[in-house]
Amino acid sequence: MTALLEIQGLTKAYPGVIANEDVSFEIMPGEVHALLGENGAGKSTLVKMIYGLVKPDTGKMTLRGGAFAPAEPRAARAAGVAMVFQHFSLFEALDVAENIALGMEDPPPMRALAARITEVSQNYGLPLDPDRLVGELSAGERQRVEIIRCLLQNPKLLIMDEPTSVLTPQEVEILFTTLEKLKSEGTSILYISHKLEEIRRLCDNATILRLGKKVATCNPREETASAMAEMMVGSALLQPERKPHSAQAVAIELRDLTLPTSHAFGTTLKNINISVRKGEVLGIGGVAGNGQDELTAVLSGEALSSPDSILLHDQPIGDLNPNSRRKLGLLAAPEERLGHAAAPDMSLVENALLTGNHRKSLTSSGFVNWARTREFAKDVISSFDVRTPGPNNAARALSGGNLQKFVIGREILQRPEVFVVNQPTWGVDAAAASAIRQALLDLAADGAAIIVISQDLDELMEISDRFAALNEGRLTEPVPAYGLSVEEIGLMMGGAHDLARAEGAA
Amino acid sequence: MIRFEKRPTPSRLWTALTPFVAVIATMIAGGIMFALLGKDPFEAIRTIFWDPIFNEQFAPFSRPQLLVKAAPLILIAIGLSLGFRAGVWNIGAEGQYIIGAIFGAGVGLAFYPTESVLIFPLMVVAGAIGGFLWAMIPGLLRVTFQTNEILVSLLLVYVAEFILASMSLGLLRNPDGAGFPGSRNLREYPSAFNAELVAGTGMHWGVVAAFIAVIFAYILFARHQLGFHIKLAGQAPRAARFGGVNPSRLILICLGVSGALAGMAGLFEVSGPAGQVSIDFNVGYGFTAIIVAFLGRLNPIGILLAGLLMALTYIGGELASFMLGLPNAAIQAFQGMLLFFLLAADVLTNYTIRFGRPKVA
Amino acid sequence: MDLSAISPTLLLASLMVASTPILLAAIGELVVEKAGVLNLGVEGMMITGAICGFAMAVETGSPFLGFVAAACGAAVLSLVFGVLTQFLLSNQVATGLALTLFGLGLSSLLGQSYVGVKSPSTAKLDIPILSDIPGIGPVLFGHDLVVYFGLALVVCVWIVLKTTRVGLILRAVGENHDAAHALGYKVVRVRLLAIAFGGACAGLGGAYLSLVRVPQWTEGMTAGAGWIALAIVVFGAWRPFRVLLGAYLFGGVTVLQLNLQAAGMAIPVEYLSMSPYLITIVVLVIMSAQRGRKSLAAPACLGRAFHASS
Repeated sequence: MTALLEIQGLTKAYPGVIANEDVSFEIMPGEVHALLGENGAGKSTLVKMIYGLVKPDTGKMTLRGGAFAPAEPRAARAAGVAMVFQHFSLFEALDVAENIALGMEDPPPMRALAARITEVSQNYGLPLDPDRLVGELSAGERQRVEIIRCLLQNPKLLIMDEPTSVLTPQEVEILFTTLEKLKSEGTSILYISHKLEEIRRLCDNATILRLGKKVATCNPREETASAMAEMMVGSALLQPERKPHSAQAVAIELRDLTLPTSHAFGTTLKNINISVRKGEVLGIGGVAGNGQDELTAVLSGEALSSPDSILLHDQPIGDLNPNSRRKLGLLAAPEERLGHAAAPDMSLVENALLTGNHRKSLTSSGFVNWARTREFAKDVISSFDVRTPGPNNAARALSGGNLQKFVIGREILQRPEVFVVNQPTWGVDAAAASAIRQALLDLAADGAAIIVISQDLDELMEISDRFAALNEGRLTEPVPAYGLSVEEIGLMMGGAHDLARAEGAA
Repeated sequence: MIRFEKRPTPSRLWTALTPFVAVIATMIAGGIMFALLGKDPFEAIRTIFWDPIFNEQFAPFSRPQLLVKAAPLILIAIGLSLGFRAGVWNIGAEGQYIIGAIFGAGVGLAFYPTESVLIFPLMVVAGAIGGFLWAMIPGLLRVTFQTNEILVSLLLVYVAEFILASMSLGLLRNPDGAGFPGSRNLREYPSAFNAELVAGTGMHWGVVAAFIAVIFAYILFARHQLGFHIKLAGQAPRAARFGGVNPSRLILICLGVSGALAGMAGLFEVSGPAGQVSIDFNVGYGFTAIIVAFLGRLNPIGILLAGLLMALTYIGGELASFMLGLPNAAIQAFQGMLLFFLLAADVLTNYTIRFGRPKVA
Repeated sequence: MDLSAISPTLLLASLMVASTPILLAAIGELVVEKAGVLNLGVEGMMITGAICGFAMAVETGSPFLGFVAAACGAAVLSLVFGVLTQFLLSNQVATGLALTLFGLGLSSLLGQSYVGVKSPSTAKLDIPILSDIPGIGPVLFGHDLVVYFGLALVVCVWIVLKTTRVGLILRAVGENHDAAHALGYKVVRVRLLAIAFGGACAGLGGAYLSLVRVPQWTEGMTAGAGWIALAIVVFGAWRPFRVLLGAYLFGGVTVLQLNLQAAGMAIPVEYLSMSPYLITIVVLVIMSAQRGRKSLAAPACLGRAFHASS
């Protein structure tokens, strides 16, 4: 049998980085092929070349025996290659049918298209209403839009970029069923992920990338997860170390916190009740878009609530602005590094001033002490091993992992009593991620209360003492994280508010 | 193939160089424009940029004009630079300038003919308040209703012009003026006259205020937390909110300061060089100041230099119109062109230009 | 004061004429903003169109050629904005302002020798029987062709945006340029075309002022019409028929205050003259106060520079 797609010696360089170097592998018809690698390994660039978004510098591709060099995505689609993106490819203010029409070469008239969408989505077990605005859909439903968009074109090769990162475990099951069905119909799938267990379950072959180069192509069912992890990362990683601690006083408490959304496609927070003790890590899971940003904002002080709905050391702080909360010891690190946690075009010194002003006394009567600020920035850089030529570099010049270390380090060095962090290791390479998790655990060991909001369940299970899940702006009752099964987590994320009852029913 | 690659850090060198690139490009393009109008381009450029300062015949008259014309431009542009840095677009400085002039002159005229040293300072304060209040309209609408401040501030310029017309024909009309439009001439009312401080230099109180504004703005941006917050809010609004900046407060500060400075500029102009409130005492400084602010890279020292340069084009333009019959409008087009070239050249600050296909590193 | 001199029929008929320049400019800007570009240079493009159209009409004696020249002249000018913002990635607000400042200067330069000149008159529709119908006759059938062109343009823009693929792509580019790029659409090309279309429309609007409404050339004759057109796009919540409504509302206020001036109302002329601007501001405030409703939201990428990083 000849390969569906053969990739030979693809190389692509950007100024200062080689995204891909001499990558070769092949995908057989009806095969689910995994592309495995950590953040920054060059997976995205590689699939962008296959999809015609990026032109390779050297190397060639062969599709079904013929030369394949798509100049643009349209050409790739015409040749039978479709792609489900991880981000950036839906239009919130347009409806489902319009979104799908945009991804097709020759869309039928809108009415006919709507009928086909309903039909195909039912067929593959991914029900979808063609008239709804995409902005109103959940992350899982949005992914369905992308998948249906691809399926309507009968692709020979379907590329999926980190598809499960936005799904609950139950939704993952549905997706896998759909993918199995596609495979049985002869469609090949290129499946990009860094989640080893998924790949071992779903994929026939795996190509592993590290630092832009192919490390190996192997059969994931025959390899152990740890062997693949080592191939992916290049060395064995340190597991975060946790010290046991005893129950202490409550540091922060949310009482019946309710906050209406401030923008059209936002989430309303409803009746949230939690309390976190000193030295404790509370992990909050949930699919993206269920209120994570809103919860972070209301804790950091960017969004205000009624005073009594948030108590810091029994003191009402719901109506205080971010700086007043910082003075009291409540610090936060939002998800989006560039533009939210840090100003992209400003230097690291200026970014140190951004939140460090009060606890580090960097200003006096309004005048900035730049020398002190620089010292603080340098301190963060050296304590957290931030790789940068110097504190005067702009934040956007740093890699994701280094900037994240800077952002987390900036807050930790201010000795928070309560620390709220959203997606601490999103888009961060494995080494930086493990350093950040360790820093969070060390902070808790020193007596700080920590709230970690994340979509990475493995991460939450690794560092949390207790776990709760956000679902459409509601938070489940926190339960001890130790010994929690995937099914239980899935039920919590899927909206079963009373875990005990769910268990009783099972 | 030409491509732009984003620089990891904006180039400081090019930030400083682009205004010069833009001025040279404008001289070339302007020269072509003058040639098309049938004038000798070299003579026209020389008349505009050289003669007002160095020509023995004209310099004695035009040199003092440099400060007179630069002062309002600098004063207004300094105010605008606060807002422009913060992403608050006050483009109605012309209106604030007019209202400031009406307020200030109105206060002065109310005391006529009493003489007191307190009158002029009072007029300055009134001028600042007038401009401040006029700028508060878009400011408050923006913070309470999220109304676009660009459109409101600009539309208010037209409203201000009608108020000016009404004032010079009605309330403020000179009762001894034989029915001619326009107020009493403040030159003839010593307590209210913004006279030349040093004879033959063009130095008046407005020039002093402009220099003070430059110094204050410099300290604000270099050393003060508010300057940092302004820059932060303009570059990364979400980060600013996270850093504890209150966006509404910042919008009101930026609009208020720029309005007050524009109002003061209006007062200094109407009580000095213009002399009276009349239908057309304003000559568009409020708009030209936008160019000055950008050309000066929103940097106080840059604005000082840009204000002087722009004043030079005004004076040179008048000279060229007088000497060569170059239409006055040509200078306006010339100034607009300068802003275009500056914005175009700015790409060099944030991007590196590469030719050909990328090479393997 | 004699209010009986104000005839509702004539008022309605002149309202349509008064609103046409704004309507043309606003519908063009609507398309530009739908593509995600904020061009604040409408005023500059309108006045450039006004002088280009006037000069061409005077030189050739043909108002039609005048309108063509106005559309071309303003479109060329708008492409300066297009090149700066789309290729050189300059700030759209600043570049739009530059366009206005430059356009005002350029137009008075070009118009030097046309001050006080009379333009050839533009043909009216004047269908013999229909336009004589009392009441609706002069309102519906007695105008010059440009008035009907403006109305037709509103309908066309509505149909194109709502039902065609071109319209869908345009909206997609304005909503999320990164996604549109990822799907293989040429964001910059779409935007440049939209900008040129907006420029041409603004030029037509300007020429309508200098050739029909006034009709002569004076410096700065647009007197803020371009800014009002921008405000009307916001008022219209980026929908063609609401933009039409906004333009008529503005036209109505303008005509009414002119009539009141003529009727000798006790309010000073200056205050009547400023009323259209004040009402535009009031309308803007009302609209922005109810923002947050999904249906009224601006295109998500409005005013943001697009740079394909991949």
